Amino acid sequence: MKRTDINIPSEVLRRVYETMLRVRKIEERVAELVSKKEIKCPVHLYIGQEAVATGVCANLQRDDYVFSTHRSHGHYIAKGGNIKSLMAELYGKETGCSRGRGGSMHLASPEVGLPGSSAIVAGTIPLAVGAALAFSIQKRNAVSVVFFGDGAVNEGTFYESLNFASLKKLPVIFICENNLYSTHMPISDCLANTDIYKKADIFNMPGIRIDGNGVVEIYKAAKEAVDNARKGGGPILIECMTYRWRGHVGPNDDIDKGLRSQEELDCWMNRCPIKRLEKNLLKDGILSESERIQVYKEIEKEVEDALLFAKESPYPDPNEDKFYNGVFKS
Amino acid sequence: MRKISYVQAINEALHQVIERDKQIFIIGQGVTSPWYVGTTTVGLIDRFGQERIIDTPVSENTVTGAAIGAALAEMRPIVVHPRMDFMYYALDQIANHAATWHYMFGGQLSVPLTIWGIINRGGEQAAQHSQALQAIFTHIPGLKVVMPSNPYDAKGLLVASIKDDNPVVYIDDRWLYEYVGDVPEEIYTVPIGKGVIRRKGKDVTVVAISYMVNEAIKASEVLEKEGLNVEVLDLRSLKPLDENLLLDSVKKTGRLIIADGGWKTCGIGAEISAKIAESNIFKELKAPIIRVSLLDVPAPASSVLEKAYYRKAEDIVSAVRKNLEV
Ligand SMILES: Cc1ncc(C[n+]2csc(CCOP(=O)(O)OP(=O)(O)O)c2C)c(N)n1
Ligand SMILES: [Mg+2]
Repeated sequence: MKRTDINIPSEVLRRVYETMLRVRKIEERVAELVSKKEIKCPVHLYIGQEAVATGVCANLQRDDYVFSTHRSHGHYIAKGGNIKSLMAELYGKETGCSRGRGGSMHLASPEVGLPGSSAIVAGTIPLAVGAALAFSIQKRNAVSVVFFGDGAVNEGTFYESLNFASLKKLPVIFICENNLYSTHMPISDCLANTDIYKKADIFNMPGIRIDGNGVVEIYKAAKEAVDNARKGGGPILIECMTYRWRGHVGPNDDIDKGLRSQEELDCWMNRCPIKRLEKNLLKDGILSESERIQVYKEIEKEVEDALLFAKESPYPDPNEDKFYNGVFKS
Repeated sequence: MRKISYVQAINEALHQVIERDKQIFIIGQGVTSPWYVGTTTVGLIDRFGQERIIDTPVSENTVTGAAIGAALAEMRPIVVHPRMDFMYYALDQIANHAATWHYMFGGQLSVPLTIWGIINRGGEQAAQHSQALQAIFTHIPGLKVVMPSNPYDAKGLLVASIKDDNPVVYIDDRWLYEYVGDVPEEIYTVPIGKGVIRRKGKDVTVVAISYMVNEAIKASEVLEKEGLNVEVLDLRSLKPLDENLLLDSVKKTGRLIIADGGWKTCGIGAEISAKIAESNIFKELKAPIIRVSLLDVPAPASSVLEKAYYRKAEDIVSAVRKNLEV
């Protein structure tokens, strides 16, 4: 695919910056709450990877679909999910986006085009293909995006999905967030060929690798991919090189467990996607220092409001009838 | 006798069998990880190296198929699935391949494979990180299924599974890992297909498996104070099932409660109930059978829902009282 140079409007850059910051602030707060055992469900934090979800989703319409994984907070927020409902879900409350039934790994917000997140590795990859199949049958102009990790590339359904999407020229954007680890295992212990983007080639579809910490680059690549898929140009695999600052699950960093090094983490923290964009926005006069402070304040308040909402919300009713009521649509 | 925990018993069994038999190796996700499979595999990698302690990418179907293939090439693999929920990806290999191979080729071949699935639930992990799938595997002809409830059986049944020439699904439960009990230091086996009476009683039989055995024992202690005499039968093997032990106990008490940590519909309780219904003992039942099992609902996240969802000793106590109308 030919890469064109796209000029990103200032207001888009501002919006992208705010979204990344919102993801970061929520995640940092959630990390504290997990440490304090206020949030009890298993939480996989997205800190460090914010640019990927943000840069991709900034190109999507509300009725485009996004499918997510166990590490779903960033995708949910970037697609426009309500953060009060997110926080309430983490607290296991009835007002949560999944009514307290799913927890952190199972966020959904169908009204903004997020029909679910699966904690089964690679579980949503074929679902995204199926949604795209539906869009093509319906002659809708929508695209289907699936986020998944480098670990998911080890499941057979990943390859089957690429093949089927390419065969039928479906409007699917496969976004692989390569954060170099799958639970406790570095990618080199999992994949015989760690160039994930090259796996597209065998299925006759484009595959590219980009800097997953550069939101502008991600935005541009995603824009091209989305425009192309909307026009019937078929699927693409985009591998975004990034890093999670926290451990696989929970607020710690997994350095204590001997799974990775402080130097590696420091190196990636120096490449913070948010700081990087912020510096450029300040330099280019798109954001002033006082506006920056204002944005921080507003987002911090949003987060505290969401937290208050979650805390004050009621728990689900554990009465047995209520259980059965939820199993089938009536 | 020496006392160790359930998780230590599994670890010890693995160390001893892998050391003794060059055909045995372990393969699956997390066998070198500090948390993935609890501490069941601690020390294995340092002692036996990467050739026999194989941590794998997230490829359940292929890894299970590869273990079956190795079993056809004169190895005796143990394939581990750190959660039963992830075994659905491997179900084709287990059901269509491991389970059929001996029969389908007229007995020429066999698959000496231990398929180890861990139940790991609670802690608001929700529907895809909670499942207890013993009924599914028990349904499939060609698989043996065992579920140890204490440290002694955890070791003895694991060794028996590994020594068996057929595919055996060995299912343990992380809720049991810290339970401590008597475990001999030497290698021994617990026979597959034999249940055991954990507590003798005359008023009512509680057939329990795995985690629910301990809950049944707790329940029987509560009920004893009320003058009720509960017999607790630990099934240990779901297939083959110790029918004689079951029928004898129910014949004696005339009452049956089944406590299982899986879903109710088509669960182990349904099979045991049917066995009784098909036998002569059916007419000697003094009250309807009661199943204590999970609601037919995916596991919820919220802890208030979890609390109502999972079955504990008090649910067995209520079931016994209801059965006895006391
Ligand atoms: C089918 C299945 N196998 C194993 C797991 C356990 N597990 C949860 S996350 C994960 C690693 C996923 O790595 P990756 O896809 O790179 O995503 P990341 O966690 O790095 O975001 C694994 C193996 C699972 N959830 N589902
Ligand atoms: Mg990863």
